[in-house]
Order: sequence, then structure tokens, then C-alpha cells
Amino acid sequence: MVEYTPTEMMTVSAARALKNDDVCFVGIGMPSAACNLARLTHAPELTLIYESGTIGTKPDVLPLSIGDGELCETAVNTVAVPEMFRYWLQGGKISVGFLGAAQLDKFGNINTTVIGDYDDPKVRLPGGGGAPEIATSCGEVFLVMKQSKRGFVEKIDFVTSLGHGKGGDDRASYGVDTKGPSRLITDLCIMEPHPVGKNFIVTSIHPGVTREDIIENTGWVVEFADEVAETAIPTEKELQVLRELHARTAKAHGDQQ
Amino acid sequence: MVARFMSLKEAVASCVKDGDTIAMEGFTHLIPHAAGHEIIRQGIKDLTLIRMTPDMIYDQLIGAGCAKKLVFSWGGNPGVGSLHRLREAVQEHWPHKLEIEEHSHAAMANAYDAGAAGLPCAVFKGYRGAELPRVNKNIKFIECPFTGESLAAVPSIRPDATVVHAQKANKKGDVLFEGIVGVQKEAVLAAKKSIITVEEIVDDFGDISPNAVMLPNWAVTAIVEIPGGAHPSYAQGYYKRDNAFYKAWDPIARDREAFLAWIEEHVMNGGPEDFAAKREANKG
Repeated sequence: MVEYTPTEMMTVSAARALKNDDVCFVGIGMPSAACNLARLTHAPELTLIYESGTIGTKPDVLPLSIGDGELCETAVNTVAVPEMFRYWLQGGKISVGFLGAAQLDKFGNINTTVIGDYDDPKVRLPGGGGAPEIATSCGEVFLVMKQSKRGFVEKIDFVTSLGHGKGGDDRASYGVDTKGPSRLITDLCIMEPHPVGKNFIVTSIHPGVTREDIIENTGWVVEFADEVAETAIPTEKELQVLRELHARTAKAHGDQQ
Repeated sequence: MVARFMSLKEAVASCVKDGDTIAMEGFTHLIPHAAGHEIIRQGIKDLTLIRMTPDMIYDQLIGAGCAKKLVFSWGGNPGVGSLHRLREAVQEHWPHKLEIEEHSHAAMANAYDAGAAGLPCAVFKGYRGAELPRVNKNIKFIECPFTGESLAAVPSIRPDATVVHAQKANKKGDVLFEGIVGVQKEAVLAAKKSIITVEEIVDDFGDISPNAVMLPNWAVTAIVEIPGGAHPSYAQGYYKRDNAFYKAWDPIARDREAFLAWIEEHVMNGGPEDFAAKREANKG
């Protein structure tokens, strides 16, 4: 029997969402682990792009920042940041944006700016960075985030990056013609937008997780698809590659002082 | 006006004054930390600080009381967490109230590019469906005169001075950047004055690509040789990013007293010559 943690299940599920011919704009943190796991397993030709300007990077360890030297040294090419955002992202050359969030609503709108009021915040978060334009310029967006009532809320405090707006065809009303969030991978399940309403519905539940677990950890009223799949457990290969990647990363980031 | 080689003290004193608008760039790579320390040591106040990722360098300047305003697009300690001095300035107004002007990376990258290009504003496909335009009056939407498409517009960035770090200058004062080049070239060309700190000054650059990222000496104000001057950021080809120090910064910056003690010991009682040892320690 293969043993794994909920976080490993999430990372593996997120990695499986990527295809070998995808060109993926990688957010830091959880997305970075998933994207590199995909590259090291089923999608060796996957093109990973980080906003620091590195195109086609193949890091041996996960970067701590989006601009670690490892990313540049292993890239096909490194371009200036204005070129990255203007030609490659805005120019429509990137098929998938992979993002995380601090707060998320059921339409995949993302908050990474503030908890509370913008002018007098309870918690000041880092802000949007590349996300506002990644969310609208990439062909589609995958989201990865641990599920909790605090993070998965009915109404986010600030719309840093557009998902499906108010649902339905609202996204298009902002002049955005890309697909937007098409998959949300959590430590409990996988959700996909309803074809018409565009609100996230649960389409696959990770083994050992109940519908009640998902409902209890979600701040909006959870909807389930008519047919809900059970997510395939991580293979031994996936877990081995992921754990080795994390071990190499810990060693590289911890032993420099 | 050809670039002059100066001491760091002289370069900062001649290019940065109270109330100026300053950009200190370097996208994770080549962040001019030694120059940031010198601004703190000279007690320069009321600065408008521009930088896409404020990072540890602006956490230090903000905590030390040098900043009146921050223009930025992502304010965290990458892979570690919050910038606690920035966060406390915003949430608790310590050491004083900090005005913020917040953008996205795409907006700032475009705004530097427009500044370098001599344009009053940058136009791009951005901020669609996003809430920042509600809280930042420097984000507007204009209509394309040809297609009618709605486009975001932000003022171009034109700093009084830009400060960056690079790998090399030659004896004539031409500057070479390699690796992740960020927005350094755009930020220098957008500014009235510039300080470039470099790892080393060489006789010539040797065999480099004709397309290498260069700033000719007449496009730069001051050059200062500071080995290790980007630490704990990195200089590709010289030393690695000191990720362990980025992690160590978290508890230092979290506590006012610990922060002030760190600034006293390493900045007020330190100098640019201290950085060479950091370069040695982080060779990989």
C-alpha cells in the first residue's frame, strides 16, 4: 500500500493536469512543485516559464524565488522582464498559467492583496505580482490551493486577479477572450467550472476524502457533478520523484550558510 | 557626460537627495543591497521608492525610515513570507505612515519601458476585471483610436535616480549585465541619473556576444566597484543567492528591536567593504 500525505496528493494531481506540449507560466510555491513534477515525470518536454524572464527552464531543485540562478542557468533563453510580459504573456504565447491564492471564490477570482479593507487592512498580503495579467492572458488557468473555510470564501476581500467574475459569461464582458480557471486542484478534490454557470463543481474526490470533508472546508455551498470520479492515488514513481525533488531542494536552500 | 568611477559614499551623495524618486532594481538577481545600506547610512529621507519586488532591500529602507512612498507590484520575501517592515509600515504606520501605489508586474514593466522610451505613459492589455484600478488613481483605461479596444494605461516611470548592480564594468565605464536582466536597462535609461555598482572592473569584457546587455559609459552617471554588493541577492557567475539569509531575515524583520539592532550593527557600523566576504561565503 502506497502511503502519501494530502499535500502530496494535491501536488501529484496538479502535475497531472499539465500536458507535454503545454507552455506554462509558473507561479511560485505550490504551482512550482507541481509544474516541475510534471516535467520530471509524464511531461518531459513541458515548457516552464517564470516571470523573471526564464523560458524553458529545467531546474534540478525548486527555486525559493522566481528568479533563482538555477532557473536562468537551465533555461533555453532568458529575456528581459518587459519582453516577458509584453511579447510572451500579453502576446498570447502561453497556454497555461498555474497560480495559487490566499483567498478564492467559487468563480475562481483570486485575492492575494489584502484581508480586510484595502486602505486599512487586517493583513497586508504580497499583492498581485504577475497574476492579474497571467489570469487573463494565458490560454487557461489552473489553480492549486489547500482547501479551508478561510481560503475558500463566498466573497473575497479584494479581486486581485479575474477568474470567471460573477459567473456565466461575465469574464468576457471585461474584454477577456481566454478560458480562465478551468481546474482547481486542492488537497481534498478537483473542481472544474460548471459549463454554463462557471461556478466550481467537484468532479473528482481524492481517495479517503468524504463529501462532508469538502463541505466542511469550503466557505461556499459546494456543488458536486452528477458523476464524481475518484482521483487515482499517486504512483510510486510520482511520489519518489516528488520526494527526491523536495529533498534536493531542502539541501540546496539550507546548506549555504 | 561619461560615467565617473566613484566611492559608494560619493555616488550616493551626488545622485540621491531627500525627497527624490528612486528606483533600485534587480529581479531577484543583482539587487543593489550595498547601495541600499549607504542610503540608510547617509540618513536620506522622504524618498519615493520604486521597485517591482520591494524585497529585503526596501524592507530595510522602509524600516530605517527613509521612505515616504512605495510604488511596487509584489511585496513579499520570495518563498519565505511577508516583508515585516513593509507590512508594519502599512498596518501600524511604523516608523511612520507609508503611502503606497500598487501595480501589477506587467504594469510596472511596461511603465519602465515607456520611461526609457521617452513616453508619458504605458499602454497595455492589463488589469481586466481586477480591482486595483479602484484604489490606484494612476491606473486608467483608454480606447484604442484604431480598433476601439479598451486598454490599461499607467504613467511611465521616470526616476530622479536609478540604482542597479551589474557583473562588470570595463575601464571606460561601459557596463555588462548577464543572466536574469530584469528591468535594469529600462530603469537606468528611464532615470535622470544612475548609479551602477559592479562586482569588478575589468580591462575588457573579452569574448562576449554582440547582443549582450550593455550600457555604454555615456548612458551611466556613476560606477562603483563593490565585490559582493548584491548579497544576499546574487550575481550570476560570482556567487549564489543566499537563500538561507532570506530565511534568517524573517525573524529579524519581524521584531522592531531585532531589526534596529541588525541595522545598527550591519549598516550603521558597516560599509561596502563588508560585502566581499559574503561573496566568498556564497560561491557555489
